[in-house]
Amino acid sequence: MSANEEEWAVLMRAAMAGDEAAYRAFLKAIAPSIRAAARRNLARYGLAVADGEDVVQDTLLAIHLKRQSWDQDRPIGPWISAIARNKFIDLMRRRGRAVQVPIEDVAASLAAEEAGAALEGYEVGRMLENLNEKQRLVVRSLTIEGASVRQTAERLNMTESAIRVTLHRAVKALAVIYRERDK
Amino acid sequence: MKTDDLIDALAADRVRPSMAPRVAVLWAVISGAIMAGILFAIVMGYRSDIAQAAETYRFLFKFVLTLTLATSAIALVLRVLRPEAVLGRALWFIALAPAMLVAAALAELFVMPSSTWLPRLIGTNVRFCLTMIPLLSVAPLLAFFAALRQGAPANPGLAGALAGLGAGGIAATLYASHCTDDSPLFVIVWYPIAIGFVTLVGYLAGRRWLRW
Repeated sequence: MSANEEEWAVLMRAAMAGDEAAYRAFLKAIAPSIRAAARRNLARYGLAVADGEDVVQDTLLAIHLKRQSWDQDRPIGPWISAIARNKFIDLMRRRGRAVQVPIEDVAASLAAEEAGAALEGYEVGRMLENLNEKQRLVVRSLTIEGASVRQTAERLNMTESAIRVTLHRAVKALAVIYRERDK
Repeated sequence: MKTDDLIDALAADRVRPSMAPRVAVLWAVISGAIMAGILFAIVMGYRSDIAQAAETYRFLFKFVLTLTLATSAIALVLRVLRPEAVLGRALWFIALAPAMLVAAALAELFVMPSSTWLPRLIGTNVRFCLTMIPLLSVAPLLAFFAALRQGAPANPGLAGALAGLGAGGIAATLYASHCTDDSPLFVIVWYPIAIGFVTLVGYLAGRRWLRW
């Protein structure tokens, strides 16, 4: 098991126990490796590297919604790699190409150059438009505007738990939008 | 959306499913079997001569068979919950019950005169068998699907088919205690049709509803 994986596993265990900061650190730590693996895969099949961020975001969403499927006694690298591969296959299908994709070892992928840091998902500028009004306001407030859950609750005149529920529905809706897009 | 923004949104989302997928599957086995058991008790119930039947090898063998099938399918369902799981040779587990059945059918042909083969194969209850096994499978199959949706099967069709096989195994176990056709010749022809149908439904439903 690589040093990367060891660190990821520690963060994710803390996250599963309810540590939000550890969870954020975990997601930020794995994203570059997922990106590197995705770009290598895209290059292998002659697809635009610009699609890479799409796969990264799709993978992060799946990791989030399926995090209970990680068995904490098992290495986390293969789990992440399998989810990333699954999402890459989804992209290939959407591009009308059925292929046997080998598993790209995410943990062994060197982080890609992050020039410009404007890592925007392909056509996902429009993704928020697919959420309903309330979901869009909540997501925008928590992300682009960087507000906390409490601030968002006050601003939108909602309770904190209502914000959390709305956010959770929005996240699930985003995952569906990714899956159904291009159909 | 920027990836960092997405990460912020995900980190703030702390709504979690209530139980681990493995636990969910075990609950599905229990609740599915209970619901099927209730339906069984209402619609048919045990055969009236079950005490005598329980002393015959043919009757008992049906349960060895169906329980082996259900157990092996459920063991594999527990594995495919994890996206990185590789079934490989473990997939041969499910060949165990069919292999036992083939051996039993050959033994039956060996010990019984050929004039009895056809009546034994046709039995008395074919239509009921083909209807009731899929019907008894409905509740376990739904329960398995609810549990599998908590997991992340890399191959949704396969996961659905295994759930169908497990549900079919549970249903066949119940049905076997009602059915008076105990010959392996009956079992080898009709049970696989009924369980195979449930497995096919599981496969198709899995491709549709177990994707993530």
